[in-house]
Amino acid sequence: MLSLIGQRLKTTIPSVIGVIIVTFLLTRVLPGDTAAYFAGPAATPQAIAEIRSKLGLDQPLPVQFVSYVSALVKGDLGTSLTTGQAVTADLAQRLPASAELTLLGLLISMAIALPLGVLAAVRQGSWIDHLCRIVATAGVSLPVFFTGLLLVYVFYFILGWAPAPLGRLDAFLSEPPRVTGLLLVDSLVAGDGETFRAALSQILLPAVTLAIFSLAPITRMTRASMLAVLGADFVRTARASGLSSRKVIGTYAFRNAMLPVVTTLGMVFSFLLGANVLVEKVFAWPGVGSYAVEALLASDYAPIQGFVLTMAILYVALNLLIDILYGVIDPRVRMEG
Amino acid sequence: MNAPPLLDIRNLTVEFATRRGTVQAVKAIDISVGKGETVAIVGESGSGKSVTSYAVVRILDRAGRVADGSISFSGIDLVGASEAQMRDIRGREISMIFQNPRAALNPIRKVGRQIEDVLLQHVRATRATAREKAIEALEKVRIARPQERYDAYPFELSGGMCQRVVIALALACQPQLLIADEPTTGLDVTTQKAVMDLIVELTRERGMSTILITHDLGLAAAYCDRVVVMEKGRVVETAGAAEIFRHPQHPYTRKLMKATPRVGMSLHDLLPEGAPASGTAAASAPARAPGAGPLLLVENLVKEYPRPAQGSFLARLAGKAEKPAEPFRAVDGIGFSVERGETLGLVGESGCGKSTTSMMLNRLLDPTSGRILFDGEDIGAIPARRFAASPFRRRIQMVFQDPTDSLNPRFTAERAILDPILRMGAIRGGAALRARCEELAQLVGLPVELLDRFPHQLSGGQKARVGIARAIALDPDLVILDEPTAALDVSVQAVVLNLLDDLKQRLGMSYIFVSHDLNVVRLLCDRVIVMRSGQIVEQGSAEEVLGAPKAAYTKELLTAIPHPPA
Repeated sequence: MLSLIGQRLKTTIPSVIGVIIVTFLLTRVLPGDTAAYFAGPAATPQAIAEIRSKLGLDQPLPVQFVSYVSALVKGDLGTSLTTGQAVTADLAQRLPASAELTLLGLLISMAIALPLGVLAAVRQGSWIDHLCRIVATAGVSLPVFFTGLLLVYVFYFILGWAPAPLGRLDAFLSEPPRVTGLLLVDSLVAGDGETFRAALSQILLPAVTLAIFSLAPITRMTRASMLAVLGADFVRTARASGLSSRKVIGTYAFRNAMLPVVTTLGMVFSFLLGANVLVEKVFAWPGVGSYAVEALLASDYAPIQGFVLTMAILYVALNLLIDILYGVIDPRVRMEG
Repeated sequence: MNAPPLLDIRNLTVEFATRRGTVQAVKAIDISVGKGETVAIVGESGSGKSVTSYAVVRILDRAGRVADGSISFSGIDLVGASEAQMRDIRGREISMIFQNPRAALNPIRKVGRQIEDVLLQHVRATRATAREKAIEALEKVRIARPQERYDAYPFELSGGMCQRVVIALALACQPQLLIADEPTTGLDVTTQKAVMDLIVELTRERGMSTILITHDLGLAAAYCDRVVVMEKGRVVETAGAAEIFRHPQHPYTRKLMKATPRVGMSLHDLLPEGAPASGTAAASAPARAPGAGPLLLVENLVKEYPRPAQGSFLARLAGKAEKPAEPFRAVDGIGFSVERGETLGLVGESGCGKSTTSMMLNRLLDPTSGRILFDGEDIGAIPARRFAASPFRRRIQMVFQDPTDSLNPRFTAERAILDPILRMGAIRGGAALRARCEELAQLVGLPVELLDRFPHQLSGGQKARVGIARAIALDPDLVILDEPTAALDVSVQAVVLNLLDDLKQRLGMSYIFVSHDLNVVRLLCDRVIVMRSGQIVEQGSAEEVLGAPKAAYTKELLTAIPHPPA
């Protein structure tokens, strides 16, 4: 198992190097002039030139790249011009918020999608199969900002069950001592039930919004994969030897069907993590997605580079995790390590 | 037959709902199996023999249902039984063994655990004793080191070993009836013999009844008391095993018997009476370009594969790993020749290196060392990936094992046959190509109107003909046939074998015929090479090698073929 992880880590090195180069180049070819943006509309050309040389933007690209990489090696992602803080500090603040939201959304989604997909496959052509199709189609065709706003309208504005969609925690409560950065976990660690409930009520609507969106790929994949496995010879053997349908479907079919589903889960997770800007905007969620978009609009290089790099490394780590999970599920993969 | 039969199938009709309406797969059949009796159900694909057995244990897929008739098993009505009742019967009273044993086992569950599942389900063991009982079950099917094998996954075991596990699984709860659905298809002859002997011995020991479903009349007759012959969903004949061989009553049984290759027959004997003689007006072999010496001469041919390095990644990183083991020799210094117009049989069990050899001769794989002289030129020196551009490519062609898998599903028969011509650019122009294609179709006996069909619209035999037409499209000198009839029914095999022989006569080609079926090799080949572990055990004329074998291994192979009662 260790050797498998080691080998996978080795193969990620070139992709991380590639990401560093590409993000650097991409941010440089973006339209817009950072110096002009920060100097303000009334600035003189001299003032702009001054800012530009202060930021090192007047240097040739290779020189800029070298200074970027040497800072990177020291763990310095630069300073955001919009927030005035170190990018690492900003990301450390905002990444847990995004991660918490995405994780919870994915958990809700899995809790619905996996049983639904399995049932749809086992009772192929029944009402539950049709329901599965409708839920999946609806979930993927409604844009997230729409479902988000609809949920806010119904549950906050009309029913008044949910709190105002204003960030992670009610303004009157103080954050629990930071352990993981995930408020739900931290409040539990601190044994603070009130904060936990408040954080949960804040996160529920955005998480459900994400869950609705990610239902479709997971349900469809589970259903297709279950159908394929249920037709396999070994399921026939299990049936012919009189195993109960719970055993046949749960132990024999489901575990085999999980292999492609795990891959899909990984892809959905990394997609959601970076792409839920709209949900973050609707619920005023202080996540990385909105942070990156704001930086992009301001031509603020450092946060964008930091964001893309973090996402890339997260993606690599996630894939590694999936590979390990694969090894746990499938003994044939373990052998190749 | 005074005691009531253990299993009594009466007037059974099974229907399948398909897109084109309801299809009757089994039509009003009667079969009975007595206590301790072994009954074979024999038939070709589509005869309904497997469907019958699935109906007995009620594991038909969603589209299928028993439309009429009754199945009673020691007094219980299986058609009307509840699902819970059936679950208790399956595995405990009636078990099944399937073909393709590796796929029949859960790939990601330890084989021991799979046996435990069945034991626990039928309360033959408790959690505490399950492991012990599972190991006992493995022991009974003579798996060496059952303690270790308990923890093995199916992919770590050989095909024969997997079949033993499946048998252990089926017999774990001591059922009264065992249904074996093609249990040895795809296994080597010696493995087949071992598996069949084991099944017979274990079932006799326990006084069990057995239904053996097979397409192989020889196997059925050698191991069963009674034989039921099925054709297109109907039972056409039921008789004692010895009786059916001596006096087959139904014309279909006779046709099936005739088509089964046996000792002392000629190729044409396989065809049903009244079939046109092969090589009609045999305008015998057009004189091929004269050349001195054999067409193909192989000298000291070797193919090595590196073994995976030992030790973990960290150990390897630290340079502490052991030295990599000696490379594995799939083909270990073999040499032989093929004369012009000759058919050479290449025989051996799986893993003996015969497929590796055929791939090297066909230049799809590079040899590690040795020479392959084709018409005096060393074609072994041309790298495999550049061989397609070599002028020799068109002179060596291949017919592959599975007629379905070796055809592009998106190509029509015409496109498939013309593929080599289009790639080698021998003929240009639509009309000329179509004419050549029709000529080839006529040669291989494929109706011209089928040329526009896709593979899924053709039968197995027709697909085999397309594969053969494709191989001879460029008038090759040598055709390598890798088990070309292994996936076909015997009656189709008979026709295809005759076609191959006929084509050889007419076109003056040489064949290398790779097969594990010694009876087929005997019929088609002039000379035979027997391989084992990458080496040639014996070679000589077909009569010599298969009639009076010298090597012990050849003798073993020959005795493993099931011999029907004379």
